[in-house]
Amino acid sequence: MKIVVCVKQVPDTKGGVKFNPDGTLDRAAMLTIMNPDDKAGLEAALRIKDQNDDVEVTVITMGLPKAEEVLREAMAMGADKGILVTDRVLGGADTWATSTTLAGALRTLDYDLVITGRQAIDGDTAQVGPQIAEHLGLPVISYAQEIKVEGDSVVVKRQYDDGYHMLKAKMPCLITALAELNEARYMTPGGIFDAYDAEIQVMGRADLVDVDDSNLGLNGSPTKIAKASDKVRKGAGEKFTPDSPDEAAKIIVDALLTKHII
Amino acid sequence: MGAMNAEELAKYKGVYVFAQQVDNKLSGISFELIGEGKRLAEKLGTDVTAVLIGSGVAGLVDELAEYGADKVIVVDDPELKDYRTEPYAHALTSVINEYKPEIMLVGATAIGRDLGPTVSARVQTGLTADCTLLEIGDFPINPIPGKEQKPNQLLMTRPAFGGNTIATIACPDNRPQMATVRPGVMQKLEPKKGAKAEVINYNPGFTPDNKYVEILEISKAVSNIKNIMDAKILVSGGRGVGSAENFKMLEELADALGGQISCSRAAVEAFGMSNELQVGQTGKTVRPNVYFAIGISGAIQHVAGMEESDLIIAINKDEDAPIFDVADYGIVGDLNKIVPLLTQGIKDATANK
Amino acid sequence: MDFTLSKKHEMAQSLFREFAENEVKPLAQEIDEQHRFPRETVEKMAKAGFLGIPVPKEYEGQGCDPLTYAMCVEELSKVCGTTGVIVSAHTSLCVDPIQTYGTPEQKAKYIPDLASGRKLGAFGLTEPGAGTDAQGQQTKAVLDGDEWVLNGSKCFITNGKEADIYIVIAVTGKIEKRGRMQKEISAFIVEKGTPGFTFGTKENKMGICASSTYELIFTDCRIPKENILGAKGKGFGIAMHTLDGGRIGIAAQALGIAEGALETTINYVKERKQFGRSIAQFQNTQFVLADLATKVEAAKLLVYKAAAKKGEYQNGAKVSYSVEAAMAKLYAAEVAMEVTTKCVQLHGGYGYIKEYDVERMMRDAKITEIYEGTSEVQRMVISANLLN
Repeated sequence: MKIVVCVKQVPDTKGGVKFNPDGTLDRAAMLTIMNPDDKAGLEAALRIKDQNDDVEVTVITMGLPKAEEVLREAMAMGADKGILVTDRVLGGADTWATSTTLAGALRTLDYDLVITGRQAIDGDTAQVGPQIAEHLGLPVISYAQEIKVEGDSVVVKRQYDDGYHMLKAKMPCLITALAELNEARYMTPGGIFDAYDAEIQVMGRADLVDVDDSNLGLNGSPTKIAKASDKVRKGAGEKFTPDSPDEAAKIIVDALLTKHII
Repeated sequence: MGAMNAEELAKYKGVYVFAQQVDNKLSGISFELIGEGKRLAEKLGTDVTAVLIGSGVAGLVDELAEYGADKVIVVDDPELKDYRTEPYAHALTSVINEYKPEIMLVGATAIGRDLGPTVSARVQTGLTADCTLLEIGDFPINPIPGKEQKPNQLLMTRPAFGGNTIATIACPDNRPQMATVRPGVMQKLEPKKGAKAEVINYNPGFTPDNKYVEILEISKAVSNIKNIMDAKILVSGGRGVGSAENFKMLEELADALGGQISCSRAAVEAFGMSNELQVGQTGKTVRPNVYFAIGISGAIQHVAGMEESDLIIAINKDEDAPIFDVADYGIVGDLNKIVPLLTQGIKDATANK
Repeated sequence: MDFTLSKKHEMAQSLFREFAENEVKPLAQEIDEQHRFPRETVEKMAKAGFLGIPVPKEYEGQGCDPLTYAMCVEELSKVCGTTGVIVSAHTSLCVDPIQTYGTPEQKAKYIPDLASGRKLGAFGLTEPGAGTDAQGQQTKAVLDGDEWVLNGSKCFITNGKEADIYIVIAVTGKIEKRGRMQKEISAFIVEKGTPGFTFGTKENKMGICASSTYELIFTDCRIPKENILGAKGKGFGIAMHTLDGGRIGIAAQALGIAEGALETTINYVKERKQFGRSIAQFQNTQFVLADLATKVEAAKLLVYKAAAKKGEYQNGAKVSYSVEAAMAKLYAAEVAMEVTTKCVQLHGGYGYIKEYDVERMMRDAKITEIYEGTSEVQRMVISANLLN
């Protein structure tokens, strides 16, 4: 069985987001990590590999050359192969162009199962997974909380706001994983050494199959940024020393009303 | 994807919203989208169409009309009984291809965030996720020499990077302009009793193929232990709350707001609160819409776990407590007196709405 | 000369750091208070491969170098000195001597279990009457048919009751050396559960409280003849060589404790306000921190250099890392003690309270100046090399 896991390298927001003195995000100062939902998807794939013979797990990422780090990390956790899709013409892609690109790369691979994270913590769109499935004509199951392989099918616990569905899909199919799906394993030190000795396959524009230039990169992105701004980090707000508890309660109720919380 | 030419673009008219229903009960987001759609439609001089997809859902049409839908397109088929990506995507795609809406809004729910991307890829247009503000305006916003400035575009604003950045997105060259919209942000209209909408029944035909997944089981059981990371409103208590009993007071406040309680490490240690509820470096990192820090001094370890919250309200008797450095609203005072009054105040305010 | 970590080492360091933050730090205070051996952490470390870092892959090890191993002990010790020494004693004092001196059969039998963490290792040299002075050994091993019979006791043994495999040093006879009769010393591999092998009292220590420190007691304990490690009479050399490696582990532990205390204190002084200013704004604080950071950096260079030298040795280079290891341990241990003491001082009254990590770190730091050769012994090793 062949599983391909799509992963993304994202800035780590856990240790606190860093800001420049002018209030904009200091991306360079932030460490990068494997996107948490993607990591859960990788872990799910590795568990399938642990429990079954002849499972090969390939990780693929699209990004700058630096994104190979996230592939090495995945390989240090136990993935067999890493593929980096990188090309200047692919830059500035929105979710449509990103999913088109990854679908173009996936067409060159054999797979029974494609796993992506539900969403990345930098973009938070949750779109790329379902869009890849659509480009490849695969059934998609989003928001996976549990994944089991049964014969030629997968059985997935699909999360909803008010509960879950147990869904069964024939492979090949695509699943988007939630971070709470599992607790990802650590890399092993030996895995890290091996991952750095291993070859990473690099794919460029020319290697993508069945993809039109008009669907790639910034120009191939139907959505355009009209305006972007980093939210300025908020400092201390207003501090009140009310004369009475009644007044204190009123200040808060008014604030909640103004902000449409209640 | 190739840009549509002016003639093609002009074929797309009207604001459409996906009227999400679960178990033949309309979700709140459906009314919010109609309300917002109506506002946008007025600016464009057009009307709002709700797309109602399900099995045996005809009875929901009037409710959509009462909340402001001018038209309702009903796709009713036994295959559509419970949400599954494929038949729903096929239904919505067919409606879009048949009726050519200019704008297509979908709720950013666990359903809409699956349906939206699938449909946008199938109809080959852009999709902007989790929008919190929609406007009609020019794109580019400011004229750029040598570049056409298109009027009446949907400008979709969304937070990214966990709310640290904000971007406004347009989809100027493709139609429909699609957005998923975050629940709870847009305003629904005051329902008009007896309002009627034009109803169009449309069935594109459903032929199960490999993309139709099988539903083995549907569970509505919600776990008892709610994850505080999912809460929209957290009422968090610290050592200053005084005792585990006093947390009841915080629970009442949380209930009044539809929120949940959480706590600091000090409260776990001092009052035996469950560490499932602990916010902070050794607990959970939360990012709710509103975070109440009650009797929490604001040690850096705690602040690290909650500073990304949209709105922080702190109550503490120590005016030098570091929590006030991150709070949007800081109240210096006695929490034992303020919290019950606050709970009552919120109940009164919501009852009046 | 390259002072930049390779990508491999950088990633390994981030792994150790993440593991330490997530798995080790949350327990540090609790296990210290309860004097409880963190078995659950050992199991997690086993799964993550931390118990066989410098061991070749064919023995289920990780196939990494001693520097990676030292970095692991360092990062663990930043948040919990006890967890650091569990790994160090296991790897340096038990796995390493079997790897270096074991027969192919011994290696095949013991190393995979140890390197994978299925079993934990310990090392018994010290006795009530003999510390680093191996000639003071009282524990005896007598060959009786196909078995060695051990009698005596070992004290202050790290991983004492928790280990499964022990390297035990014992007297096997007398030999004449330069006209004087001396004790002949040999090393043995002893398995837990062997009849006659029991544990004495658990030591109640000042620091590294969660580490399991026990007396090992041998009463007519019979072990197979083939469990002698290396040749008969080679025990002293084996013990000294093992301690050379062990000192790199302890130096890394000391370095980690110092770094951990410094990091915690830097955060603290930015937060803590006195006279309307954060104490970080006082020049005294700034200068103290500058001195401590400089010493920590110097200690780090010594530790990494010693580890790199051991790596060269393992790769077949004919080099000794004995002096480097002694210097690294001497300096890092004294820096750990100084840094933690001054960090407690910068914390003021809070530094004396158990709720604050620096209190524990100061207690943990002290042992690094004592075990696996006191600072005085390190000075002997270093000066002997200078003067001979």
